[in-house]
Amino acid sequence: MGLTMAEKILARAAGRARVEPGEIVTVEVGKAVLIDLSFVPTSFLRSEILRVKDPERVVIVFDHIVPARDVQSAEALKIGREVATRLGIRRFHDVGPDQGICHQIIADYGYAVPGTVLVCPDSHTCSAGAFNCAARGVGGPEAVYAACTGQTWFRVAPTIRYLLEGAPRFAVSAKDIFLHIAGTWGDHVNTNVEFTGPYAAAMTLDARRTLTTMCAEISAEFALFEADDKTIAHVRARTSEAFEPVAPDPDARYEDVRTIDVGAIDPMVALPDTVVRNTRPVAEVGDVAIHQAFVGSCANGTLDDLAMAARVVKGRRVAPGVRFIVTPGSQAIYLEALRRGLVRTLTESGAIVTSSTCGACAGLHLGALAAGEVCVTASTRNFKGRMGSPDAKVFIASPATVAASAVRGRIVDPRELLRRKRPARARSASAP
Amino acid sequence: MIQGRVWKFGSDINTDLILPTPVIFKPPEEQPRWVFSANRPGWAQGVQPGDVIVAARNFGTGSGRPAARVLKDLGIACVVAESINGLFFRNCVNYALPALECAGIHDAFDELDVAEIDFERATVRNRRTGRALAGRPWPLSLRRILEAGGLLALLRTEGYLGPVVESGTVGTAPMAGP
Ligand code: SF4
Repeated sequence: MGLTMAEKILARAAGRARVEPGEIVTVEVGKAVLIDLSFVPTSFLRSEILRVKDPERVVIVFDHIVPARDVQSAEALKIGREVATRLGIRRFHDVGPDQGICHQIIADYGYAVPGTVLVCPDSHTCSAGAFNCAARGVGGPEAVYAACTGQTWFRVAPTIRYLLEGAPRFAVSAKDIFLHIAGTWGDHVNTNVEFTGPYAAAMTLDARRTLTTMCAEISAEFALFEADDKTIAHVRARTSEAFEPVAPDPDARYEDVRTIDVGAIDPMVALPDTVVRNTRPVAEVGDVAIHQAFVGSCANGTLDDLAMAARVVKGRRVAPGVRFIVTPGSQAIYLEALRRGLVRTLTESGAIVTSSTCGACAGLHLGALAAGEVCVTASTRNFKGRMGSPDAKVFIASPATVAASAVRGRIVDPRELLRRKRPARARSASAP
Repeated sequence: MIQGRVWKFGSDINTDLILPTPVIFKPPEEQPRWVFSANRPGWAQGVQPGDVIVAARNFGTGSGRPAARVLKDLGIACVVAESINGLFFRNCVNYALPALECAGIHDAFDELDVAEIDFERATVRNRRTGRALAGRPWPLSLRRILEAGGLLALLRTEGYLGPVVESGTVGTAPMAGP
């Protein structure tokens, strides 16, 4: 019997020929990524890290509370800086040009190495599966354990394979495909997912990462794509590490194989509080007026996403009474968005473009919601209280839907705005 | 043997409900009283040490925050659910909170029934009905972490971590809420 991608990576990292679903395996960790919250004493780590196995395999990214949102955050960041210096951790992403949300940084700096294991405290670490990397959020203590010892454990999970076929309709993106999956099949607890098929191959790396990042919301274990030329070129350009991607065996054993015609999916929305079996096409959501629209986070702060938001609002105004907040996934993306004129287009429309941070996504700063407010967000999560008051309502959608909703002041299908602008798009397509 | 009153919860109970984001920044000893303050205000105040949570699918979905620790600090002796989010489960191991996946558990208990749990064998019995269910036992390697008092304690013993810093020195960000 053949192996799935997750089984192959875990077997390799465990130094074994094969692993079986259900068993617990101890594996070598390729990269252990710590984040700023790792150093917030009230969060978990009320002690000093004295030594790590290999500082070259440890990364520190400041993302949730930067620039320091209050004195307590400033103290935590200070501790983090001291730890990075003392332990000799060179891959340290402090406030400045190479800072960003950890999962974006993991992608941008080639820390997600195909065929290896990566861990981080943060739940959306499955994001790096877009690069054929068995990556997983493991919580605060385990990430420190992995940094200290170079090892961790996993319970090998069965795998569900998604075969993505067809071509998406106009203005339908990876976020909509994810919301379709979450709405149709619900949680994937204790299960890996693999994305394959012709459309998986056609997707950009940004779009693949949106999909794998969102898999945290359905409680998947690993969410993996195969490595193709795009992946390999991306990683090679960013790391000198040798690597060997994995592909699933033709006779790999799956818990289920599900074929999705992505061409049958319309722009989707998750209703407040969860994405699990709680999504529907925008057209079926009814008339929902909004106070805030947000494009950002580790799932939707990519250049693709900012470009889409800018395209939707170009030459239009954000509706009166709506705050439209856009947060690039990293400062490098911010800079590139500046170069391409996206920041200008967004700002002229009335949007606020912030520095790269988790910020509004987790209600931490730069855009928390008051009681009774309604937000449509292209971020990861809409739990009660996630973006501020527990009495706010948060709907999740794609960047296109969020931007169109910002313009209309209510949740709308982005195709309504984009279709009317086709001549304008043809002109801008020829611009440099 | 764990014996405790049962509090029942449904599916998809998330970490932000267990430990709301602003509470992460409060001193650890103040955190437990905010558990489920958004969806079950006042609940945390009625919990007695040794109580048990029984839930449906996907318990603990959400973030890597120390939600398991705050349940343990509140006095919860065990979480039993039809299924448990993998990250939350790992935090249960690492914060030494017993947690079992057990098919059929949600329908086997009413609120305030008493659960008798043999954690090592992963059996759960409803004292009122006499019905017993078998869950998924923890392998020895994970039970060792639990018995050591959690992963951070283990790391301290092995010389990777320094002593615990007293929480008097940690911040007290203000929080609006119930
Ligand atoms: S952007 Fe949001 S989901 Fe992503 S790591 Fe930050 S807080 Fe978590």
